[in-house]
Amino acid sequence: MSLSVRQLEKVYQSRRGRVQALTPTSFEVGQNEFVSLVGPSGCGKSTLLRTLAGLEESSGGQILLDDAPVSCPGADRGMVFQNYTLFPWLTVLQNTRFSFDLEENTDYSRTDGEVMSRVGRVYSLLDLMGLSKFYDAFPRELSGGMKQRVAIARALANKPKLLLMDEPFGALDAQTREEMQELLLLLCRHEKTTVLFVTHDVEEAVFLSTRILVFSARPGRIVEDIRVPFGPDRTLDIKLEPEFNRLKRHLLELLHKEQPSGFDRNALLQKLVQNSNS
Amino acid sequence: MKWFALRKSLPPWACYTLSAGAFVAAFVAWAWLSHQSFVNPVFLPTPEKVWLAGKDLLGDDILWLDVKVSFVRVTSGFLLAAALAIPIGVWMGSFRALEAFLQPITEFVRYIPVPALIPMLMLLFGIDEMAKIMLIFVGVFFQLVLMVADEIRRVPYELLQASYTLGAKRGEAIRLVLWKAAMPGIFDALRLCNGWAWTYLVVAELIAANEGMGYRILKFSRFLQTPKIWVYLLLLGIIGLALDIAFRKFNQRLFHWNDTTKR
Repeated sequence: MSLSVRQLEKVYQSRRGRVQALTPTSFEVGQNEFVSLVGPSGCGKSTLLRTLAGLEESSGGQILLDDAPVSCPGADRGMVFQNYTLFPWLTVLQNTRFSFDLEENTDYSRTDGEVMSRVGRVYSLLDLMGLSKFYDAFPRELSGGMKQRVAIARALANKPKLLLMDEPFGALDAQTREEMQELLLLLCRHEKTTVLFVTHDVEEAVFLSTRILVFSARPGRIVEDIRVPFGPDRTLDIKLEPEFNRLKRHLLELLHKEQPSGFDRNALLQKLVQNSNS
Repeated sequence: MKWFALRKSLPPWACYTLSAGAFVAAFVAWAWLSHQSFVNPVFLPTPEKVWLAGKDLLGDDILWLDVKVSFVRVTSGFLLAAALAIPIGVWMGSFRALEAFLQPITEFVRYIPVPALIPMLMLLFGIDEMAKIMLIFVGVFFQLVLMVADEIRRVPYELLQASYTLGAKRGEAIRLVLWKAAMPGIFDALRLCNGWAWTYLVVAELIAANEGMGYRILKFSRFLQTPKIWVYLLLLGIIGLALDIAFRKFNQRLFHWNDTTKR
């Protein structure tokens, strides 16, 4: 698998005129990488991810997946959204194997054995996610964390070349979030999937990624491309290592710099104090 | 007081008691009013008189023939409307172009009062069964199309996008996502429209009818037989209530996965 983003640009018309969401951006992603995209809100990182998924059109540039241009959505790029997007009328099992019934994923040359192993894979994915008792449950019966686990299993069921995740743990509580991060690490180690992961959470980015792309405030561009020095079999313990905290601090400083210019919080604070006293 | 807390649920016994209480209250008010001297008994017959008229009519074949004929008329018109409105509504809700093309003209027709269409319908379909069914069809179809299209548009866009990233093409997205997600809402729209179909019954039976509940009520009113009118009105109410409950139970069972099923 190789992903190549070349001079990708996103401009849209709003009522106030032309808005440049993403300046021409280029980067390459290789097999088995876990790449996080971090940056201030509105920096175009989500837009970039959705363009890769084919859900939005770019205004210029090119995306090549294994040297073939990407323009529309497809099953080779699985996606996990921040909001819960399970189909409420399908059970956990039916949700996870939804893609199997679609024309695009139907390969008539497949033997019975291959079809069976595909279905078997869905069961093992769900078991690994701790959902073995919930095959026949409907989404409304699941907690937020469980819903996201099903969503990940559903995206992985069809073995996509690329897994795109748009703040998938953003709506979860801190403890569930940490469990999900460990689970995702485990999955990536065994599935050999390439992941692009959008997040606000710097710690999450360092903990999960092999590489972090830091974006500037709008109009978004990549300000730094950071290699994370931890190996694939990392555990929660690395959060205590000095290198981990050094990286985290470096990222926070980078993001802090990306505040709008001319914004002097101390002067504004002074003003607030004055106005409150008078 | 907890009974008047906004949108809080009540124990089932309380709901059933309140529902039954409304019927009891209406009956008591009717019984009391009809016995007052200032009320003309021709306009408001007493429950006893209605009871006697009811005993007469229930033993008569005419009543059951009327019920059967009217039921077939309403249901044919309703089913015909549903059979066309559901696919058209689904397409209208799915494609902006079709919405732009059909929505304004549908709204336009929707506001024409159905009784005003009787002369046109008689010219087009004669004065037989077809004209009556078509009147109910027209009354339901244009409302239902818009309601179905609305339900499709209410499906969260993210469900559609999720299906695309799993490999769904346009047709599959309509069939496997939009339609499935909108079904509870569409079936609830059918429940409402079936009720409206019954309200067009009297209007439909203005067209050269020889039997039917609406026709019979008009005939009774010509001879000022108010107790008999009341028997038919009560029966219409009972049929409507029974159909509504049947629809609700059916929908709840079919769409048990839906946590927002309206109760």
